Amino acid sequence: MKRTKILLAGTVAALAFANVAHAQRGTDGDLKILFWQAVSTLNPYLSGGTKEVYSASLTIEPLARYDETGKLTPWLVTEIPTVENGGVAKDMKSITWKLKPGVKWSDGSAFTAEDVVFTWQYCTAPDGGCAQKAQFEGITKVEAVDPLTVKVSFAEPKYYPYGAFVGAQQPIIQKAQFKDCVGAKAPGCTSANFGPIGTGPFVVKEFKPNDVITFTANANYRDATKPAFASVTLKGGGDAASAARAVLETGEYDYAWNMQVEPEVLATMMKAGKGTLVTAFGTQVERINLNWTNPDPKLGDKRSTVEGGKHPALSDPAVRKALSIAIDRDIIDEAGYGEAGKPTCNIVPAPSAYVSTANDWCLKQDIEGANKLLDQAGWKKGGDGIRAKDGVKLSFLYQTSTNSVRQGTQALVKDWWQQIGVASELRNVSASVFFGGDPASPDTFQKFYADVEMYTNNFDGTDPEKYLAEWLCNKIPSPANGWQGQNIPRYCNPEYDKIVAELSKTADLGKRAELAKKANDMLTAEGAHIPLIHRGQISSHSVKLSGVKMNAWDSELWNAADWSRKK
Amino acid sequence: MTDAVLNQPVTAKAEIETPSILFWRKFRKHKGGVAGLIVFAFILLVVYAGPFIHTIDPNKIDIRAKNQGPSWKHPFGTDNLGHDMLAQVMAGGQISLAVGLTAMLLALLLGTLVGVLSGYFRKLDGPLMRLTDLFLALPLLPLLLVIIMLFRDTLRAAFGPETGIFILIVFVIGVTSWMHTARIVRGDVLAVKSQEFIVAAKSSGMREHRIVLRHILPNVLSSIMVSATLGIAAAIITESALSFLGLGFPSDFPTWGRLLFDGANFLQLTPSRVFWPGLAISLTVLSVNYVGDAVRDALDPRTQAR
Amino acid sequence: MFTYTIRRLMFAVPTLLVISFVIFALLDLAPNDPLGDLPLTIPPEVREQIRASMGLDQPFLIRYLLWLKQFFINEPLNIFEQMTGITVGDGERMRVLSWATRSPVVDLIVQRMPQTLWVVGMAYVFGVLIAIPVGVISAYRQYSIFDQIGTFVTMVGYSVPTFFTGVVLIVIFSSYLQWFPSIYDTNLVVNDWSSFVQQVKQMVLPVTVLALYNASQIARFVRASMLDNLSQDYVRTARAKGVKEKAVLLVHVLRNSLIPVVTVIALGVPTIFSGAIITEQIFRVNGLGQLLITAVQGADIPLVQTLTFIFAVLIVLFNLIADVLYGILDPRIRYD
Repeated sequence: MKRTKILLAGTVAALAFANVAHAQRGTDGDLKILFWQAVSTLNPYLSGGTKEVYSASLTIEPLARYDETGKLTPWLVTEIPTVENGGVAKDMKSITWKLKPGVKWSDGSAFTAEDVVFTWQYCTAPDGGCAQKAQFEGITKVEAVDPLTVKVSFAEPKYYPYGAFVGAQQPIIQKAQFKDCVGAKAPGCTSANFGPIGTGPFVVKEFKPNDVITFTANANYRDATKPAFASVTLKGGGDAASAARAVLETGEYDYAWNMQVEPEVLATMMKAGKGTLVTAFGTQVERINLNWTNPDPKLGDKRSTVEGGKHPALSDPAVRKALSIAIDRDIIDEAGYGEAGKPTCNIVPAPSAYVSTANDWCLKQDIEGANKLLDQAGWKKGGDGIRAKDGVKLSFLYQTSTNSVRQGTQALVKDWWQQIGVASELRNVSASVFFGGDPASPDTFQKFYADVEMYTNNFDGTDPEKYLAEWLCNKIPSPANGWQGQNIPRYCNPEYDKIVAELSKTADLGKRAELAKKANDMLTAEGAHIPLIHRGQISSHSVKLSGVKMNAWDSELWNAADWSRKK
Repeated sequence: MTDAVLNQPVTAKAEIETPSILFWRKFRKHKGGVAGLIVFAFILLVVYAGPFIHTIDPNKIDIRAKNQGPSWKHPFGTDNLGHDMLAQVMAGGQISLAVGLTAMLLALLLGTLVGVLSGYFRKLDGPLMRLTDLFLALPLLPLLLVIIMLFRDTLRAAFGPETGIFILIVFVIGVTSWMHTARIVRGDVLAVKSQEFIVAAKSSGMREHRIVLRHILPNVLSSIMVSATLGIAAAIITESALSFLGLGFPSDFPTWGRLLFDGANFLQLTPSRVFWPGLAISLTVLSVNYVGDAVRDALDPRTQAR
Repeated sequence: MFTYTIRRLMFAVPTLLVISFVIFALLDLAPNDPLGDLPLTIPPEVREQIRASMGLDQPFLIRYLLWLKQFFINEPLNIFEQMTGITVGDGERMRVLSWATRSPVVDLIVQRMPQTLWVVGMAYVFGVLIAIPVGVISAYRQYSIFDQIGTFVTMVGYSVPTFFTGVVLIVIFSSYLQWFPSIYDTNLVVNDWSSFVQQVKQMVLPVTVLALYNASQIARFVRASMLDNLSQDYVRTARAKGVKEKAVLLVHVLRNSLIPVVTVIALGVPTIFSGAIITEQIFRVNGLGQLLITAVQGADIPLVQTLTFIFAVLIVLFNLIADVLYGILDPRIRYD
């Protein structure tokens, strides 16, 4: 049996010493964490999956993190660079990070600017298939000015320069460990990928891919009193409901990630009194995309493309609006999300500076109004109760990924749409197919061979610029670009393109917020999609665990160094 | 021959002693079989005629009445969206029974055909059994994904969304579950065909297909019957696995397997949600099993004296 | 019989090659994608590069031949090197790498083998040990109370799916009674009495669920086959000759009834290797079944291909063993 063991003889000796010197570290025993989707690697650059990013965050850390309120917090640096403190150049073409002195890797060597430079080289090397490459876009050079200073230069002025090395997705990896793993060699470095040396509170002891990871406290962690736990066991596999049960009902585990379970099931389990739920809201929005192009199978290759023409029914603004106001978002929230959701009509639901209130008209269900709207637009009910105009029936194929909450929402929405004379055929597609993007499959969300489809999307960090650029005319998926565009509704409005172009040239935060709100309002008002629920992350932890600060902007385990067991 | 036959007055009635009447008379002797038939008929009646008495639409959502226990209005309670569970169980039964029976029959037909051919004709044995090995080795899930990708839209266009999916699912389950039956039947045929009476039949110049139908098949019937009863249960449950994976019926078509699957997490909150579908599946399988026992007994020339 | 076995073994090689090709083609055709699980925030250009780093930009046939080379040449050489310590060539060979974990597939399989063999294998052994006596007694005392109860329990055991029995057992024995853990600890090392007790405790629930299911299926076939044979002429003859009832039952009838049972068990043994997907998921046993299903869902083609191919080898092998056993159980069966 070949297991990935990171045996660091020095660490063990140092750990014993640390325990004597500071009674605080490692006194609280084993922290048991449950991820119902198992972790397949600990190198977030090779797998961009949330579960990998979160579990790696116990070991490797970025220069700065977002805290639980979404505020940038210095982590391995002394302060956040700004134009005011001179860290960001006036022309916005470079940013300089000052590293904290005295930070050590878990093997005892010093953490330097070279490691930061190497991390950039590692991710941008050709043939490496780095999942976080987009975060390094526009960077021309990362250089070590001195061992504690890193300068990042951009090709164009970057008005939001905190992309690279910020947040759990882009932690710093050790040059000494990964120097022979650059580019095409990256996947072959199994022991490094399964046990990255880091600066974080825990050190990987053993990694069983897709099963269980064992961590021990990092003897060289910069705060001598932390972490309180001596070890972490991170188990993977199973399903969300049984993970919730293991924390809330049987108390076998201390923390479980992502409780996507019907609220009343969680409530029943909570009665055992062994655990609580924690939620945090990031930028995830569950939405129904409306197809602005025609998905008729008869069109063949032109199906769901701009060339295929407009959608016969959904191109009518009245229909789009009626579909939206027929929905009772409060009930969807109550039935499927509970504490982990809030009704919303915005596609940019957070941070608060960017949240618009102009769309709140759609929060209230108005079946009567929707019926009236359709009547006025000339859609008349036929004998079967389904509205039609000029031979076009309001009958939609409604697809989403397979997931019990989504199927519940589908049933509810179908019921409301029926009340306004709109028929819908439900379909659910396995998530690995729906989100897989295989150009040969007819069922991907990019191809959108349906009239309406529902899923969740969000943006990384707190700045929505890149996200809002997804609705530009030139991002429409088509056979020409291998269906890879991100403008899924095939929305196209030159006015909108102008707003987004202006946003990318604006530095002032207040102005940026204003433009982002304008773009957001335009998308909802025009009916590119129907936003439904602002989704939070929901996890559960044992009542005996203290220090958990649920964070939707960074890794949920971002402050695991501060966690401890209540006595 | 048996007492049952000898005791009959051998007069005018002898003329209407056709094989089917004889079969029915033997069948009736089997108490378990009769009970099974009655239960199965009862399930069919409830599932198909029930909706005319309990007229709530299975897809009617009443969110204010969610997660209710049994009551006069909702005898089986409601689920977490306020669907009436009795209506759902009845509607689900129509689909589950149809899928279970047809898929099982398809698998049985294929399995028996392959099994008999390869057991009886030595030349066919090698190729057919290697084909069976291939089917056994194929990973089910990717196979389903491919079949659905290739055929769903064509069938939907030809037969409409419901019938199209029904044909697809029955085909998928049937095509992926005949191999066990084939191997078992082949084993039995190998054992039977070397027995004296087959050799005698052959030397008397009986045609091959008549030997197979008259002598081989009745002697391997008991294994086929067991395969059939297990096959129904397997088909009903496979269907639920398919819809759980997003490959089955649309979510607004309840089936017993899926009701049970969706309800499993609500076990503590609304136990009736899982009790009834679970009971329905078990009762169906049990009753089919007893009917199968009786059919086998009735067709077996040796066991009729019981 | 010997020449038959040799001929079958020779024939198995091309069969397995064809099977491996069909599986590879099927996996390639399947519409799920290794990037399906990644966050949507990763843009399309980067996705293309990730695909290329997995070798997905190569044509289908090249990828198949590469897998063949990696599996049939590189992996055996690697095992040879590890066992003997001799380095063949420069020792630098591309092994079959999983796309999700980027680690050698064979190592993953070796890592998962113990828990699957323990839990699923044990459940199969228990299943067979329960099924044969239950089937024999049910048939011998047909329509007795024992038979009726046995029929009822086995049919319910088969018709109620494991995803349901698993949850019921967890709610009763883990939540209310707190007797057994609901999560299997794969890191547990059995080295003393208390860890052995812990190991037994964590195996009780998954093994029960699976054994019930296996026993139900096999017991039905034993019963049916016994019933067939009990009414045969040779049984009457043996009884008439004064052979003891016990001997009639166990020597003559049981032996002749084993053909379908051998078939079912031979079909079942390879499935031990492929694991019990649902049960492993529910109890987090994380054996080969869980490995296979996560790989299938994540479209991890090298891993799925390797696992299913090993599975195919076992199927071909055990079906061959079954065919040989037919000849031993019933000397009248001849293949040549």
